Amino acid sequence: MTTLTEGARRASSVRDGAVPTRVRRRPAAWWGLTPFALYVVLFLVVPCAIALGTGFVSSDGAPTLSGLAALGDPVVLRAFGSSALVSGVTAVVGALVGAVVCWGLTALRPDGVVRSLIDSAASVLAQFGGVMLAFAFTATIGIQGVVTQLLLTRAGVDIFAGGVWFYQVPGLLLPYAYFQVPLMVIVFMPAVTGLKPQWQEAVATLGGTARQHLFRVVVPVLAPAFVGSLLLLFANAFSSYATAAALISQGSQIVPLQIRAALVSETVLGREGVAGVLALGMVVVMVVLMTLYSLLQRRTERWQR
Amino acid sequence: MIQKRYLATAATLTALALALTGCSAEADADTAAGGVDAATATSAEELGGMDALVEAAQAEGELNVIALPDTWANYGEIIDAFEAEYDITVSSDSPDVSSAEEITAAKNLAGQDTAPDVFDLGSAVALANVDQFAPYKVTTWDDIPDDYKDADGAWVHDYTGLMSIGYDADAVPEPTSLDDLLGADFSGKVAVNGDPTQAGAAAAAVQWAALQDGGSADDVQAGIDFFGELADAGNFLPTDPTPATIASGETPVVFDWSYNNLAAAADAGGRDWKTAVLPGTALASYYNQAINVDAPHPAAARLWQEFIMSDEAQNLYLAAGAYPVRMAAMTEAGTVDQDALAAVGEQPADTVQLTSEQTEAASALLASTWASTIG
Repeated sequence: MTTLTEGARRASSVRDGAVPTRVRRRPAAWWGLTPFALYVVLFLVVPCAIALGTGFVSSDGAPTLSGLAALGDPVVLRAFGSSALVSGVTAVVGALVGAVVCWGLTALRPDGVVRSLIDSAASVLAQFGGVMLAFAFTATIGIQGVVTQLLLTRAGVDIFAGGVWFYQVPGLLLPYAYFQVPLMVIVFMPAVTGLKPQWQEAVATLGGTARQHLFRVVVPVLAPAFVGSLLLLFANAFSSYATAAALISQGSQIVPLQIRAALVSETVLGREGVAGVLALGMVVVMVVLMTLYSLLQRRTERWQR
Repeated sequence: MIQKRYLATAATLTALALALTGCSAEADADTAAGGVDAATATSAEELGGMDALVEAAQAEGELNVIALPDTWANYGEIIDAFEAEYDITVSSDSPDVSSAEEITAAKNLAGQDTAPDVFDLGSAVALANVDQFAPYKVTTWDDIPDDYKDADGAWVHDYTGLMSIGYDADAVPEPTSLDDLLGADFSGKVAVNGDPTQAGAAAAAVQWAALQDGGSADDVQAGIDFFGELADAGNFLPTDPTPATIASGETPVVFDWSYNNLAAAADAGGRDWKTAVLPGTALASYYNQAINVDAPHPAAARLWQEFIMSDEAQNLYLAAGAYPVRMAAMTEAGTVDQDALAAVGEQPADTVQLTSEQTEAASALLASTWASTIG
């Protein structure tokens, strides 16, 4: 009751022309976030802190910074390089193809059957990852895969003539692109639908060409959203584990697989701390990416109101 | 309202009380014979003999094992035989995890009913985790050579295989030397059971390649070079072979322990799966048996240890192509399963087993070079 009358008083004071003070958010409403906050603390913050903490404890339990040296290990550096390469390539491919799909979708009626079919398909496929995806690709372009065998027997083309690349880093590109494209459709579509036909009309009224509309209006308006989506796609691939774990069993070329190796190895022991340090490296990359993303997102939203 | 709540509280308390009594009853069973706690007994004798051990184990009624695939060294049959003999239910968890993960599981599950009771571990992990084991000496302890057991009974070797090449005879010709594998017949076909920087069996494949290819137990670089050549030739298949990939034809040539390759033959989906132990130096590596110090079923764990070292289980290892640790004593006593031995063949005289220092050096070298070698 008090808050309500207070709000009313403030509102009236604004009407009266007094200096408007910012209406403070009512503290009671914050309590509504408690379950979510608890959830985030229990299932994200605490496990994250524990995992990172393992990087700074030596095998006999004393605190140490020596684990950080692992970040300078050439094997680890190369893993970060491969991770960045796979994420970069699949993010660019996913973003370009996804953007084209979004552009194509604008030609369809927003409430039409095809549009909603593609929307739902994108939502499902963006989440289709892990072992299932790895198996789907193994059955398609693995050594015994349908496509591999068809090419071999019908066309005489051996796609693995120079070595079985499917079970190495290049083999990750296709499966990753497979979930990157639909993710791009999901995250980029709101920006594309935010383009107002009135802008095009305004350009035309002022004597502008379609080309000018594209380069002076569409591209600048969509650029922050596009780059933001690209970053999101990069982060998505960078943190993916299960698909790679199911496909790659030799060499641990990407960072999440290096973490697995440090945790489960039965031949090189005592590297649990290295897993924590590697996780720290990944968290740093993710924090940078997500900060950039949220900055870009703010610019993007300007045009979506 | 209030009455209902009282009832609920009473019910909860009763349930708790029952659960607690259940626990203490179980604890009583463990200390059954002569007041000795099975969890600290270091021999069957301390518990009042084998019969008392069996009785205490049967009172527990269950045994948790971990990392024992049914097709690995005949563990499927060994578990069945143990269940049939003692009427104890064996629950086999996470059969495909590594030795290091066995220890992790024991630590994470300590104090819970589902913690593993016994381990089957590679030597590096066993030697690094002696504190995790309850010392126990089986009744056949004296049969086991001193080099093959911990003096205090923390761990004991149980079986070894020979490193070997399994191959689909319909897909590739028989390899008679490592160099054969570099030929065009083997393009994209040669797999190793695991990543040598993570899995003991795979590390052993590299060590064996070194012994076969001019290297030594002290320096396995020659073995790493061999796999580098294999990768350059496009013959290395960087996927993890399983009985399923062997049956489907995805992995036509597999470096693995002889017992795994021999077992794969039975399960190869009609493929003509053969095992080659190349002429020249053979490589063996014993696995180790140990009891979890926090075993939820301490008596059953000790009984399992006794069973593993009995003639019956040792012959079951042999039937799968794994040479049991009591082989010499059993040969002397005439208790070796001769049919199994004839099928598997005698262990070659020129067999090398790496010391723990040599294994460690090889692993360190692999950790820094493997990814770039096959990448």
